[in-house]
Amino acid sequence: MNDILPDPVLSVRDLQIGIGNKLKIVHGVSFDILPGETYGLVGESGSGKSVTGLSIMGLLKRPLNVTGGALHFLGHDLRRIRPRDHRRLRGDRMAMVFQEPMTALNPLAPIGRQIAEMFVIHRGMDWSEAKAKAVEALESVRVPSPEERARAYPHQLSGGMRQRVMVAMALACRPDLLIADEPTTALDVTVQAGVLELIADLCTAEGTAVLLISHDLGVIANMCQRVGVMDRGRLVEEQDTKALFENPMHPYTRGLLAARPRLGSRVPGERGRLIELEQMVADEDRGHDVPTLVTPRGPRKEVTA
Amino acid sequence: MQLRFNLTLGAALVIAVLLGALTAGWIAPFDPVMDADLMSSELPPGGEYLLGTDGQGRDIWSRILYGARVSLAVGVISQIINSCIGTALGISAGYFGGWWDDLVNGLTNVMLAIPSLVFALAIMAVLGPGLASLLIALGLTNWSWTCRIARSSTLSLKSQGFVQAAKTAGFSDLNIMRTQILPNILGPVLVIGTLGIGTAILAEAALSFLGIGIKPPQPSWGNMLSDARELIRAAPWAAIFPGLAIFVTVLGFNLLGDGLRDRLDPHMRTRKA
Repeated sequence: MNDILPDPVLSVRDLQIGIGNKLKIVHGVSFDILPGETYGLVGESGSGKSVTGLSIMGLLKRPLNVTGGALHFLGHDLRRIRPRDHRRLRGDRMAMVFQEPMTALNPLAPIGRQIAEMFVIHRGMDWSEAKAKAVEALESVRVPSPEERARAYPHQLSGGMRQRVMVAMALACRPDLLIADEPTTALDVTVQAGVLELIADLCTAEGTAVLLISHDLGVIANMCQRVGVMDRGRLVEEQDTKALFENPMHPYTRGLLAARPRLGSRVPGERGRLIELEQMVADEDRGHDVPTLVTPRGPRKEVTA
Repeated sequence: MQLRFNLTLGAALVIAVLLGALTAGWIAPFDPVMDADLMSSELPPGGEYLLGTDGQGRDIWSRILYGARVSLAVGVISQIINSCIGTALGISAGYFGGWWDDLVNGLTNVMLAIPSLVFALAIMAVLGPGLASLLIALGLTNWSWTCRIARSSTLSLKSQGFVQAAKTAGFSDLNIMRTQILPNILGPVLVIGTLGIGTAILAEAALSFLGIGIKPPQPSWGNMLSDARELIRAAPWAAIFPGLAIFVTVLGFNLLGDGLRDRLDPHMRTRKA
């Protein structure tokens, strides 16, 4: 890390998200993402990772809403910004890739057209120019014979290809921030590696910052410079990736790391399972953002079927 | 095979009716109104009069050809009005939800509760008979099914990944409705629309039959049926042929709608290619 850090692309301070005004689901999450950095958010399902991502995009659906805190993106205050201006930022300066590539493309339009639409909307290009750019974009995500593929419909492509198209769309306008919400969960492992490598390469080349939301610690370890661990709507720990894996501070993080499947350890009970986190991590330790150095109870020895 | 058959037969029937309507001026052997000859009234089909003559001795074949103009114009134009109203209301209601959805839903329920023919009758009574008032009356009374279909399809599409993806890509609401939702509901809307053309043709016939559609000397299939009512025993052909014309046209549009739906589905298209 340099001594002088550049201004962050995205700065999240004390973010609170609630269902209506009563029920809070995200309690004061704060983190910064620096230009060109890949920041990981890990945590189990329901810990508030995706909602945090959506709140940055301004796409929380009622009754979910941001109830407190501050979101700053490239000098814009995202909580005060007019919806129309926020919309202009989306797809242009901030982009998102979803988990499910099978449904994320309009089934009735050729993919070339769908990518071209990005240029028409955000760059005001005419269609012929935009279509040429779309072919380039397909080429950049390493889709073979891009000119031919541009005329293909989504159902003619495999899941991995579709996710590449999604990446091409997301990065079409060279955004400053890419939010990747479990981008590879729906793909099989070999394809996963390819897509992740692609995202990493393109974002490094363009200096795009990435917010990688995942529950896959392996993916996080490979991709991210820094990692935030979320549990029950709180950011319980934030460290450089290497430090986090070597020296997890928070008991929940340790529980999470202990629950990783490891090659060769197939004896039941030897490693924890995510569903056993409830037993492994003391309840009072969970959802607190100050790392408390309480040693977690070891994994249970008895086997539950 | 089945799909192609529907499309081909439907298109053939519709094109035949369309050609008949367009070329009525050249291919009709008699004038539909002026060539009335009481000496040759109620003649059976065959000979000089291909489909026989009606009570006033007018050639039924010629009147059917001219009547096709009215039926097609009323059916197609009023259904286009219906489809536009229904689609616009349905998509916006499904997409935005909230009070607008409630309002549109209420309106749709009211429209469904009133028999559309009775409503059209009331509008006709206010506007008076004639082609223009028919178009308005039928164009404003039959959009509720289209609206329902458009709304429910929009609701299910709204939660689809690609609509969400379009939002994250910075599409405006109008753009999402136009580029993401409209093309995806076009299939069912088109099918409802072509079925609606049939319904509108039937409604026109009914209104003309009741004497408040197209004014009598001008031929329309409905008022031809109405005229033939008294002769149904003496000259059944005067009722059968206009009825057959309605049947063939409605069937044609229904088959066409069915065939088009299959054709427009890209999954089907690539399977064939």
